[in-house]
Amino acid sequence: MPAPGALRVEHLGKRFGNRVAFEDVSFEVGYGEVFGFLGPNGAGKTTTVRVLGTLIAPTSGSAVVAGFPLGTENDQAVRARISIMPESPGLYLRLSVAENLRCFARLYGVADPEERTGRALEAVRLTDRAKDPCGSLSKGLRQRVALARALLNEPVVLFLDEPTSGLDPVATREVHELVAGLRSQGVTIFLTTHRLEEAERLCDRVAILSTTLRMTGRPDELRDRLFSKALEVRTRVPLAEPGSTFAGVPGVGGWGQSAPNAYTLTVTDVEVAAPALARALVGAGADILAIAEARRSLEDVYLELIGEDVEAGRR
Amino acid sequence: MSFSAGRVDAVFRKELQDYRRNRAVIATMALLPVVFVVLPMVQLFSIKASTASSTLDLRIGLSLLYMLLIPAVVPSTLAAYSVVGEREQGTLEPLLITPVRSDELLVGKALAVLVPTLAVAYSVFGVFLLAAALFAHPAVVSAVFRAPHLLVQVLFTPLLAGWSIWIGTAISARSSDVRVAQQLGVLASLPPLAVVALMSLDVITPTFGLALALGAGLLVVDGLGWRAVAAMFDRERLITGSRG
Ligand SMILES: Nc1ncnc2c1ncn2[C@@H]1O[C@H](COP(=O)(O)OP(=O)(O)OP(=O)(O)O)[C@@H](O)[C@H]1O
Ligand SMILES: [Mg+2]
Repeated sequence: MPAPGALRVEHLGKRFGNRVAFEDVSFEVGYGEVFGFLGPNGAGKTTTVRVLGTLIAPTSGSAVVAGFPLGTENDQAVRARISIMPESPGLYLRLSVAENLRCFARLYGVADPEERTGRALEAVRLTDRAKDPCGSLSKGLRQRVALARALLNEPVVLFLDEPTSGLDPVATREVHELVAGLRSQGVTIFLTTHRLEEAERLCDRVAILSTTLRMTGRPDELRDRLFSKALEVRTRVPLAEPGSTFAGVPGVGGWGQSAPNAYTLTVTDVEVAAPALARALVGAGADILAIAEARRSLEDVYLELIGEDVEAGRR
Repeated sequence: MSFSAGRVDAVFRKELQDYRRNRAVIATMALLPVVFVVLPMVQLFSIKASTASSTLDLRIGLSLLYMLLIPAVVPSTLAAYSVVGEREQGTLEPLLITPVRSDELLVGKALAVLVPTLAVAYSVFGVFLLAAALFAHPAVVSAVFRAPHLLVQVLFTPLLAGWSIWIGTAISARSSDVRVAQQLGVLASLPPLAVVALMSLDVITPTFGLALALGAGLLVVDGLGWRAVAAMFDRERLITGSRG
């Protein structure tokens, strides 16, 4: 069977009873790509990972994972080719680091569990802790053991579910470096996070999820689409007819009023819109106090994209 | 993918490694047998030579039955822990992500309970027989070493363990609380012992044929029980928990 890509997800959805975890999610991930799945708590990230990882069945849509369509008959084949680092490491705390890994190496049926365990430990730089019981490790180190465990079967697609949640900045950076290392080795990675800078830093492409997909693109594309796409205008007195004043201005999409004499305009191109807007305002007899690009951070846009749902979810 | 002995072995080994370092398990495995061997010994040596043979048989029967509590009860708490315990400690999800089949996982876990149980149960029985042969009154010795009794003991040890393990695992796969699962597990381990009791206490005269027939019956029940457990092992439910 020709492999169509590491992940191909079409209108995928999962509901628990009548609660929708996520729905109508479609995207593709190519081999070697690091794909970020960004969303707030309860967005459906973990559920998506579990569905793609064959742990739970979708209630709608379909997906091809590592070349195999999801469905009971392919479960084992998919599981052999992927691995998941879950939100919590889930190590056997009474077993040593090496014992934990060896058990999983055997479950994956690797030829030489000992050797593979050693390599995985090297990859996460934990060789010197191999004999320590997992219960004695810090949270950051446990996370690294979980990552090593996820590397044992040399997965075609590696799912990392919030790999840095609860880690301090140093441990976070270590995980980031490990992920960057894997990326440079060409491992396909599906990474969920609710941290923007993490997605920006590690991912080739990012999807923003909040029950449904809000946006997919390269981090810089998202930036371009989202940054400085607005102009803020302040006049001495409120405009008599703002609607008709803004209507004919090239490059201006919509507008809103943030104060009696302040307006925010969405624009396609600032370079075109700003001078034209100034002329239109002067033409309408308005006294301009300021025309400025509205600096919106990725975070603002992210919050805007997911804002309604976060509130809906808390209600 | 077909059933893999390698994956069963991986589960089996990790379970044993875990048990070995679990003080509660070690204590159970060490203390219960001691408790269960003391009473039979006391019975054995308190029997006087003058005791009527029917009383003698009854008391020997009680001792033997008492020792059969080991294969019935010891595995039930371990088996009842096996699935819900992993769920509670968060280790089930990583396990279910691997290509391990449900039946491989269950067999690995069952063996890890069965092997130590058999070791303990047979050792205790061995100690009992040895003590009887060396120190007990000749009349007692001949009453102890009656072939049907020995057969019941040898045969029913693994069969009772098998029952406790499958029913404990079934309870474990369906409960959301370790303690509840373990209490239910212990209770559920006892019914087949009632049948065995009838033989040990000579209510039903234990003959070879009867022992074998009952053994075969329990074997069939154990076999069907296992199929039921494997069918009840619902990965999605185990992952999504009682919320789903
Ligand atoms: N087993 C379940 N039963 C019922 N509802 C569930 C279950 N698991 C998840 N949900 C619901 O599905 C939605 C998505 O949950 P999910 O855990 O996938 O979110 P998430 O993006 O991973 O969140 P977080 O950032 O908190 O990890 C939530 O509303 C959650 O309550
Ligand atoms: Mg999550």
